[in-house]
Parts: sequence; C-alpha cells; structure tokens
Amino acid sequence: MLCDNCQKNQACVHITKIINNQKLEKHLCSECAKQSGEMNLAGLAFDNSFSVQDFLKGMFSQVVEEAEPADDMACPNCGMTYSEFSRGGKIGCTACYTTFGARLEPLVRRIHGASAHIGKVPHRSGGLLEVKLKIKRLKQELTRQVSCEEYEMAAKTRDEIRDLEKGLVEETAKELKE
Amino acid sequence: MSIETMVGGQISPWMTGGGRESDIVLSSRVRLARNLDGIPFPNRADTIVLQGVIQELGEAVPELSAATGKPYILVKMGKLTPLERYVLVEKHIISPSLAQHAESRALIVEEDAAVSIMINEEDHLRIQCMAPGLALTEAFQSADKIDDVMEARHNFGFNEQMGYLTACPTNLGTGLRASVMLHLPALGITRQLNRIVNAATQLGLAVRGLYGEGSEAAGNVFQISNQLTLGHTEQEIIDNLYSVVTQVVEHERSARCMLMRESENALSDKVWRSYGILRYARSISGQEALAMLSEVRLGIDLGIIDTKQASLFNELLIMTRPNYLQKVSGSNLLAADARDRLRADVIRSKLAGRDEEYVK
Ligand SMILES: [Zn+2]
Ligand SMILES: [Zn+2]
Repeated sequence: MLCDNCQKNQACVHITKIINNQKLEKHLCSECAKQSGEMNLAGLAFDNSFSVQDFLKGMFSQVVEEAEPADDMACPNCGMTYSEFSRGGKIGCTACYTTFGARLEPLVRRIHGASAHIGKVPHRSGGLLEVKLKIKRLKQELTRQVSCEEYEMAAKTRDEIRDLEKGLVEETAKELKE
Repeated sequence: MSIETMVGGQISPWMTGGGRESDIVLSSRVRLARNLDGIPFPNRADTIVLQGVIQELGEAVPELSAATGKPYILVKMGKLTPLERYVLVEKHIISPSLAQHAESRALIVEEDAAVSIMINEEDHLRIQCMAPGLALTEAFQSADKIDDVMEARHNFGFNEQMGYLTACPTNLGTGLRASVMLHLPALGITRQLNRIVNAATQLGLAVRGLYGEGSEAAGNVFQISNQLTLGHTEQEIIDNLYSVVTQVVEHERSARCMLMRESENALSDKVWRSYGILRYARSISGQEALAMLSEVRLGIDLGIIDTKQASLFNELLIMTRPNYLQKVSGSNLLAADARDRLRADVIRSKLAGRDEEYVK
C-alpha cells in the first residue's frame, strides 16, 4: 500500500481516527507520519481520539521495519511469535517478556521514555529486590542533587547508596552459600 | 447488596460522598493492572484457562472481605444480560470491553461499588478503586491494599527491569492508571478548553470525554489521566496528576468568577432556561440532557440556583444514560423517541416537588 500523502513510499504507519462516529483511516510512510506530527513519540502527545491499540500497531510496524527480518522465535510458554505480537499489539504471557526482552526494550523505551521500573515491588519477591529498587531510586535522586548543586545532600545520598550496596552484596553472598 | 440492586440503584453509594473540590472534581479513580505469572494473558488464553483464572481469583473473595471489613461478591459476566452489563459500564463499575466480551469474564465488587476487580479484561486483574471528589491518594491506598491481599495469594508477573508485566506494553511498570473526572463548564463557555487539553497532554497526561477513549466531552465532563506507567514511582504519578488537576480546578474557578463578574445576568438567564427545559420538557435527547444538566449544576455551584442538592447532577448523569433508561423501562427495546420521552419523565419527576426548594 502506498502512502496517502506522498503516494511514493510504502505506507507503514496505519492510523484510525474516529470523529463523530465516522471511521477515518490514514496510511502514511514513516517520513510523512513524522512530518504530519500525527505521532509524537517522545511526548506521547498523540491525539486522544486514537485508540492506544492503533497507535501501537503503527509503532510496531515501524519497529519491525527497522529490526532484522523477523525470525520465527516463539515464546516457549504461550507460543506467541514476535510477528504475531507486532500485528496484534498485545503480548501473550509474562514469559514473552523474557523471550522477546531484547527486542521489546527499545519499544518500551519509546513508549515510556524510560525502561526501568522504580515503583512498587511484590512483597513476596523478597527483600533483596526492594533494596535494589531503593538503590535505583536513590541514584536518580543523587543525579538530581548533583545537578542542582546540593552537594551536602548528595554526599549523604551517596553514603546511603554505598551502605545499601554493601548490605546487598553480603545478602547475595549468604544466599549463594545456602 | 446484590448485583441486582447495584444495577438497579440510581447511584452507586460511594458517589454520594462529596469530597474535596467536589464542586469541580466529580470523582477520582485508580486502577492497577496485574497478571498471573506464566498463565497466558486473556487475549491468548482459551476458555478453560480463563475459567481457571476466575476460579482461582474468586477464592480471594472471603479474604478481601476480611481484610477490608466490607463484603465482596463475585459476579460472572455471562450470568448478566447485556443490558445489565452496560448499566455497569454507565456507572463506571466495569469497562466497555468487559461488557462486550462477557464470556469467561468476571467481576469481584465491593458492596458500595467503590472497589471493583475486573477479571480477564485485557489483563487477568484490573483492580479499580473510586472515591468522590479529589482523592487520588485515598483511591491509591485502597487499590494498594487490595493488591497486597491478592499478591499474598497469587504470583504476579513481575520483573526487575519492567516492573509488573501487562498484556499491553503501555501499562508496564506500575500498571497504574490514575484518573480524575472533572466538570469544566466555565472553561467550556469561555472557550479555554483546548488550551487546557494541550497543556495537560504536554505534561504526559491524557484528556478524554465522559466515557473514555473516543467519547466526546458531553456535559463538559472530562477525564484526565496519566499516560506513562513506567520509570516513575506510584507516588510520583499520583503527585503529577494531582498538581495538574489542582491547576485545572483553579482555572475553572477563575473562569467561573469572571463569568459571574462580567455577565451574571446572561449566565443566570442561561442557567434558568436550562432548568426550565429539564423541568418541563416532554422529550429530551441524551446530548441535550447532559448539556442542560451541566449548566444547571454550574448554576447550583455558583448559587444562582439555591439548593443543597448538588449531587443531583451526579445522579442524573447516570440516570439519563440510554442503558439505565432501558433498564428502568422494563420493556423489551425502547425506540429512540420513546427513550427521549422516558428520559424527560425521569428528569421531571426527579426535579418535581422541589420547586419550592429551587425557585427563589
Ligand atoms: Zn509519504
Ligand atoms: Zn508467552
């Protein structure tokens, strides 16, 4: 399918807009999509009449174009292949995140502008993970403090990180011994 | 409380609360997405797997009741008629998608409908907590507690890097979607809504109409919610939304003051005309009803209409929705014109007998 706008390049971004219950479809090449500003990836400031699924489908087809030709790697747990996922926009199971981890990372980064979770951790996953996340959060805080020239606070934060990391190493060693 | 009274009741008990900034903020909602580790997500699971998920999660009902001190019930969506399901959508208890694909879907819901857990929606669990007015922190704490109870029983998919694992990568990380429903009539009248929408969008928030994605901003009611779920703590997401919402509330307040200062007579006329239509019309469309209700509510908030019944707006917001009316009528299928007449009847009888209270 050719791009609706330039009629030259292959369309790889498909956008469905619903205006007054009328379905409008647009097929653009990645150049024209970028220029039209229909997809503002960085700020996720997309028109809110788009459905998230349509938006993602657009993103996936772009990602697929950039990536190596899709191989037939399938998730051992649910059987979903990467190309199935890029067509549907939904992941098959929690194990898919391990299976396609490396490929998903850039996509996740594009959606969220970040790829590291710093929020809640399941309590049952144990104390270690909570400590690791606390360290991650403190490191962010440290960067902020340094950039704001709050050096005294930054020194305290750095010490706190060091203590936590030391404890973490000891705990991990203990776990390994057991 | 049974599911029948939940469907049939005029208003969900939690909505009667009032709450902070309740002249502008109608309600706050927090939703957490969670999935059982290793079990295919609903989009990829067959009926047997989905039934197994319902079975397993349903066993948490007694514990939820014990932990929160409030009764919970499990409702299988397939046991409800389509109409009953869509009434639950109009009451914001379930999502349109859960109503649409009812087979192998279920709902665990608390007595006053403030907490609902959708099972096998896009994710295995969607924990949703609502509170009246601007109460994001309270709604979050409540959802967090439900999450703790469920997590003690079930192994949720989680990894260190991407946080809670979800069927759609837009929900990864915290799985948290916080949203606030706002009534912004003065920003509408003074044509400032676009500016607000643009500003909120640039701050990483989404602005939608009354019933979520794609729905128009009927009755000047808007939902503002966070877009990003990964890379921030739950508290940061809540704080960011809270601070934008309080600014929007301030803008709405100053627009209201300006309207009162510069065109009180015109505004008062507009409000009373809308009241007149609601009070005496014999047929009214859903769109018109929402527009008139919005103006009457504005009149109540500004003291143009003198009554304590501000919550009437929230009630009528639900009672004038097509599926609720269909449910009230009891007959098979209402034609659009019959529904418009019934809607006018419902509004009139709600306002009748209050004339003394309203008209100065
Ligand atoms: Zn083009
Ligand atoms: Zn999988």
